[in-house]
Amino acid sequence: MAVNAEVAAGSEAVQEQTPGHRRQLSEGAKAERRLGLLLIAPAVIVMVAVTAYPIVYAIWLSLEKYNLELPQQIKFVGFANYGAVLSSQYWWTALEVTVIITVFSVSISLVLGMLLAQLMHRTIFFRGAVRTASLLPYGIVTVAAAYGWQYAWTPGTGYLSAAFNNTAALTNQAQAVAVIILAEVWKTTPFMGLLLLAGLSLVPEDLQKAAKMDGATTWQRFRLITLPLMKPAILVAVLFRTLDSFRIFDNIYILTEGANNTGSVSILGYDNLFNALNLGIGSAISILIFICVAIIAIVFIRGFGTAAPGTDIGKR
Amino acid sequence: MAVVTTPRQKAGWGVANFVVIALALIPILWLVSLSFKTPAAILDPSFLPASWTWGNYTSILQNTQFIRPLINSIGIGLISTVIAVTLASMAAYAVARLQFPGKSILIGMSLLIAIFPQISLITPLFSVERRLGLFNTWPGLIIPYIAFGLPLGIYTLSAFFREIPWELEKAAKMDGATPFQAFVKVIAPLAAPGMVTTAILVFMACWNDFIFAISFTSTTASRTAPASIAYFSGGSVFTTPTGPISAAAVVITIPIVIFVLFFQRRIVAGLTSGAVKG
Repeated sequence: MAVNAEVAAGSEAVQEQTPGHRRQLSEGAKAERRLGLLLIAPAVIVMVAVTAYPIVYAIWLSLEKYNLELPQQIKFVGFANYGAVLSSQYWWTALEVTVIITVFSVSISLVLGMLLAQLMHRTIFFRGAVRTASLLPYGIVTVAAAYGWQYAWTPGTGYLSAAFNNTAALTNQAQAVAVIILAEVWKTTPFMGLLLLAGLSLVPEDLQKAAKMDGATTWQRFRLITLPLMKPAILVAVLFRTLDSFRIFDNIYILTEGANNTGSVSILGYDNLFNALNLGIGSAISILIFICVAIIAIVFIRGFGTAAPGTDIGKR
Repeated sequence: MAVVTTPRQKAGWGVANFVVIALALIPILWLVSLSFKTPAAILDPSFLPASWTWGNYTSILQNTQFIRPLINSIGIGLISTVIAVTLASMAAYAVARLQFPGKSILIGMSLLIAIFPQISLITPLFSVERRLGLFNTWPGLIIPYIAFGLPLGIYTLSAFFREIPWELEKAAKMDGATPFQAFVKVIAPLAAPGMVTTAILVFMACWNDFIFAISFTSTTASRTAPASIAYFSGGSVFTTPTGPISAAAVVITIPIVIFVLFFQRRIVAGLTSGAVKG
C-alpha cells in the first residue's frame, strides 16, 4: 500500500527526469506531437460534446422563457429567469440546506476519516478486513444504501426509529437533514480515510520517532508533524468531498424527495425540469449551481493553496 | 509501522478495528435483513427477521420491471466502461509519455469534469437528447457515462503508466517499432493491471449513477436498476414495497461486494493514485 502512496506523491520527482524535453522539433518530435494529439483527441471530443457544449446551451436556455408545456411561447427574456430564481425563497432555502449538509458532512467525515486513516496506518491485525469493510460503504450504490437509511428511520419498521422513541425523523426538517448528513458521512468517510491514508504514509516515521525521543506527546506529534506534512493531502481530500457534497442528490431524492424544506440545489434544479417542465428556470438554476461549484474550487485553489490534483502531471 | 505494541495497545487497536467494521457493515446487514422479512415482519422494527422468507427475491426476479433494468445496468455499464477505459488509456499514455502542446488543457478539462455538477447538464442534455432521439436509449446514458468516466480513467491510468519500465519501450523502438507498435505490443500488456483497476472504478461509477438514469430514461427500455427501484410500486397505493425494494437493493449491491472482496488492493491503489472520485 505504501508503494501506491509513493506513486501518487513521489511522481513529481520522477517526472522531471523524463527524457525528451528537447525544444527544437526534430522529425521524431513532430511525430510525437501528432501521436499525442491523436491519442487525446477522442477523449477530448467526448468530454467537450457532453459537457462544454451543453453548458453553453444551458446558458442560452437560461435566457429564454421556455416551458415544455407551452412550446409556442418560447421567447428571449434576458436575465429574467435568474431574477426569478434569486428572488425566490425556494432557491435560498435549498442553498442553505445544501451548505449545511456540505459543511457538516465534510467536517464530520474529515475527523472520522482522519481517525480511520490512523487506524489503517497503525493497525497490524485485520488490516485487510478493515479496508474491505470500509470499501463497502464507498462502493455501495447510493440509492441502495439510502433505502436502508430510509427504512431504518421509518416508525414501526426501522430499528433506528425504534431506538429513538419511534421518531419519524424524516418528516421533520432538522432531523431529516441530520439523517441525510448521517447517510452522507457513512458513505464518504472511507474515501476520505483512504485519501488521508495516502498522505499519512508520506510522513516520515523517523521524524515521528525523533520527536518522540525528544519527549513530544502523541497530540503534539500529530499537531506539529503529521498535520503540517499532511496539509496538501487534507486540502485535496476536503476540496473533492466539498464539491461532491455540494451536488448531493441521490440520498435526498430517496430519503425525503426534498419534502419539508430538505431539498438541495440539485433537487430544486431537477424538480424544475421534470415536475415544472421549465427549461428556462431549470437552466438558470443549473448555471447558478455551476457558478457555486466554480467559486468553491477557486477559493480552495487560490485561497488555501490547494494543489489541484494533476497539476504535477501537467508540469511534465 | 515498526511501533512496539503492548498487549493493551493491541487490544485497543482490536476494539477500534471491530468498531469500524461494525459501523461499515450494520447498515448493509440491515438492508439484507429487511430483504428476508415477510410483509408482516416488515412492521416489526427488530434488526433481524423473526421469520425468514425468499419471497421478496422470487418476486423481484420474476418482475420484468426489475430484470430488464438489471440487464440495462449491466450492458450500459460494460459498454461505457470498455469505451471509457480505451479512450482514457490512449489519452493517459500521451499524457505520461509524449511531449505535445495542449497537455495541460487536457488535464484542466478532466479536472473540471471531475468536479462538474451533473445537475447542470441535466437540463441541456435532456433537451439535446430529445432532439437527437437519444432520450430513453442505451447510447443516451452510455455517452454521458463515458464523458464522466474519462477524467477518472485519465487520472488513474496516468498514475499507473508512470510505474511502467519505459526502458522496454525504448528497446522496442530501437528494434524498429513505431511509437504506436511500442504502445500496443510492449506497454499495453504491462499496463493491463492498471487498466483492470480503472475499469473497476469506472464500472462502479456507472453502476452507481442515479441522476442521469432517472433523467434520461422514461421506460424500462433503458432505465437502469437503481432508477427502476425508485419506480417500484406496491400492490396498492397504501403499501410501500419495502421487502422487494430491499431485495433489489441487495441484488445491486452484490457486484460491489464481489469487486471489493476480490480487488480490495487494486481499488485502494486506484482511488489513492487518481485522487479523483468519479
